[in-house]
Amino acid sequence: MDELIVMNETTQYISIYMAGEMFGIDIKYVDNIVRMQHITRVPNVPPYIKGVINLRGEVIPVFSLRIKMGLEEIEETKTFRIIILKVEGDMVGIIVDEVREVVLLENDLIEKPYHDSSDSMQNLLSGIGKDGDRLISLLDINEILADKG
Amino acid sequence: MDVSQYLDIFIDETREHIQNLNTQILILEQEPDNMDTINEIFRAAHSLKGMAGTMGYKRMQTLTHDMENVFSEVRNNNIRVTAEIIDVIFQCIDALEDYLIYIQETADEGTDDNAPLIKALNDILSSKDGIVEPVIEEVQPSVSTPDTSFAEKWREIPLNEQECSLIAEASSQNIIAYGITVFVQETCILKAARAFLVFKTLEELGEILISAPSAQAIEDEQFEFEFSLIFLSEHPLEKIIEAIKNVSEIADAIGGKIDLENVEVAKDEDEIDIEQEVEEAESITTPVIQNTPVQTSAETAKDNVSTPARNQGKKQAGKPVVNRTVRVDIEKLDVLMNLVSELIISKNSLVSAAASEVGAINLAFNEQIEYLESVTTNLHESVMKVRMVPIESVVSKFPRMIRDLSKTLDKKMELYMSGEETELDRTVVDEIGDPLMHLLRNSADHGLETAEVRLQRGKPEVGSIFLDAYQDGNNVVIEVSDDGNGIDVEAVKAKAVERGIISSEQSENMTDKEIIDLLFLPSFSTAKKVSDVSGRGVGLDVVKSKIEALSGEIETRTTLGKGSTFIIRLPLTLAIIQALMVVVGNEKYAISLGSIQTIENIPVSEIKTVQGKEVIHLRGVVIPLIRLNTILDVESTSKPDEDLVVLIAKKGDRLAGLVVDELIGQMEIVIKSMGKFVGKCKLISGATILGDGEVALILDANALI
Repeated sequence: MDELIVMNETTQYISIYMAGEMFGIDIKYVDNIVRMQHITRVPNVPPYIKGVINLRGEVIPVFSLRIKMGLEEIEETKTFRIIILKVEGDMVGIIVDEVREVVLLENDLIEKPYHDSSDSMQNLLSGIGKDGDRLISLLDINEILADKG
Repeated sequence: MDVSQYLDIFIDETREHIQNLNTQILILEQEPDNMDTINEIFRAAHSLKGMAGTMGYKRMQTLTHDMENVFSEVRNNNIRVTAEIIDVIFQCIDALEDYLIYIQETADEGTDDNAPLIKALNDILSSKDGIVEPVIEEVQPSVSTPDTSFAEKWREIPLNEQECSLIAEASSQNIIAYGITVFVQETCILKAARAFLVFKTLEELGEILISAPSAQAIEDEQFEFEFSLIFLSEHPLEKIIEAIKNVSEIADAIGGKIDLENVEVAKDEDEIDIEQEVEEAESITTPVIQNTPVQTSAETAKDNVSTPARNQGKKQAGKPVVNRTVRVDIEKLDVLMNLVSELIISKNSLVSAAASEVGAINLAFNEQIEYLESVTTNLHESVMKVRMVPIESVVSKFPRMIRDLSKTLDKKMELYMSGEETELDRTVVDEIGDPLMHLLRNSADHGLETAEVRLQRGKPEVGSIFLDAYQDGNNVVIEVSDDGNGIDVEAVKAKAVERGIISSEQSENMTDKEIIDLLFLPSFSTAKKVSDVSGRGVGLDVVKSKIEALSGEIETRTTLGKGSTFIIRLPLTLAIIQALMVVVGNEKYAISLGSIQTIENIPVSEIKTVQGKEVIHLRGVVIPLIRLNTILDVESTSKPDEDLVVLIAKKGDRLAGLVVDELIGQMEIVIKSMGKFVGKCKLISGATILGDGEVALILDANALI
């Protein structure tokens, strides 16, 4: 939570849409954004693991952010993208409904989310940022990649 | 001088020397008069001293210096090797290992002077006087003999008829045939280059008829520190010898005229006592032995003593004493391996692109692709071989360990090893040491009975432990066995029930095999008495998980009262395998070809049901069927009445028939990890990238059976 302590510092986020709502992913985790491609299903794994893809010769698992968030799965549209995240050297892709833009958020305007054990969506957030009038829910990457859902 | 950059090399080489010392001293313990071994030990101690000195490790240097002194006296027959000396030397080696470990961690040798050891060594040295006389007389002749016989190695060059007639013809033209043996200094690094210079010099003076070893072998540096020639020249021998010795780093050269009749005699009586042969030769020919200048004579003498010893050792063991190697950082090899993997993937892409555009591609293109395929396959094999090291580096420490165990456990035992030259991927070899050590300790501690019990049971008093390694297809098998008590299945069963691992009802229905498998469960120890050797909570489960982490498997065979065998099966390589591509549902999967025995077409009518499970009869064997589509949770694309495509897979002695929808064919695949986020799927051992860029999963046939 460095962002909360340092004054007037800014952090870049990739803004994405999930079921019409805007979310932000800290750009430091983002390695790449690729179009949807053939995903090889992996048997006997939790449903949120959609399978694996080939990214520049590496085999990378792909998670469904919709399932992780507790949203219902919908037919793939052409705005769907796979965001490749790099966490501690490990690569993993997450499928999002749409990628919008890069936003710059002031760290001291980011508010802590209220965690409520009943709401799976809330627990995936690390904070709420303000970009002008818009509110952006910031995703906690480690929560998303955690082995549950 | 900044020596830090040499630290890695120092550590590697020191480790090799220490290992060598361990091995040699074990031999010496058995054969206290083995001169080769004593020389080898002396040399190892000498090299260690030199290296430690260069690196500035004074304490290590002092210790090795005193060790060297002791062996110098042993070599000169002033000290007789006794059990006490062996023990002291072993302690010294342990101390050296401690230094090494310390150096490895801190680049410093620490502050332990090992004064008691140095005192012990000096005590040995000072006690030498009493034993001098008798020993010297006994052994002296055997040392002096090879001195002269091997010096004139050229006499051993066999001449065929044609060569003899050439020599005869030459002599009619006043061209004399000489036999010459050239000694290269032992410190010489570019032996082949020096030999080349000698050849070049000689070619100016005459003609080289024969060289031993062959010119090609010399060029490849496949010789020790000397080589011999038959040389035709009109110049006097002195001039030739002088010319040879002008080449730098040549220690000495000796030669004599070849007398045809005598050569033939010597050749025919190859088997006779060397001494006699030399005498005979000397009486007929007139050898010119150029005495080396005084200042180098000592060194030459040393060469002459050590060279024959080495050669004799070579003849006995039948393997090269010195391996010519290049040290390569394993990371560089990993990079190389990755590049080869990428190349194979892109080759696969080309192959699939070519296959998909039939007609549009001409013949020459296809030919080139086939050529590329064979090149990449060879390249992969070569890179794999580069990464392969003999398991010797791991197992060679075991005889010493068993010797120590024998003392701590107060049981008599002997370790017999075979197949030390079997090669495995470097990463596997690095990891396999601990599991093997554990199994050996297990055999020594739990397996073998005490001497009294053994005698009562009519077994030889000394227990035997065997470590056998060999290659079996795409696997390397390592067996650890003993002729001890074997596994007491009833005791295991009782223990398992007592610990609540299984219920007593369960235990009734379990096969012996299943019960033995219980041993591999975490923290299962049947030892009635816990010793410091085994039974420290680190159980066979650790061995098992380690071996499974290396994609290997372990199997146990045991006969109560006769002994037990642990069979470890490891894949040759971890990165690239030959696989069979199959289709299940609409998905492509790869299965390692190594685990598949045959592929069968089975009509639906042949499927029988036994205890609710589908089986087939195949050549007299009942094989359970595993429908992969059910296990992988996909719809089969085959029609229900269609013949089944069944892959007969083997794991140990168990068979299973894997039902697939379609076969694609054999393919070389590169195994890629799927990362830690999907590590939980047991059936899948990894993934690979196909020619069209798609990812296919690799099914682990072992996990299915």
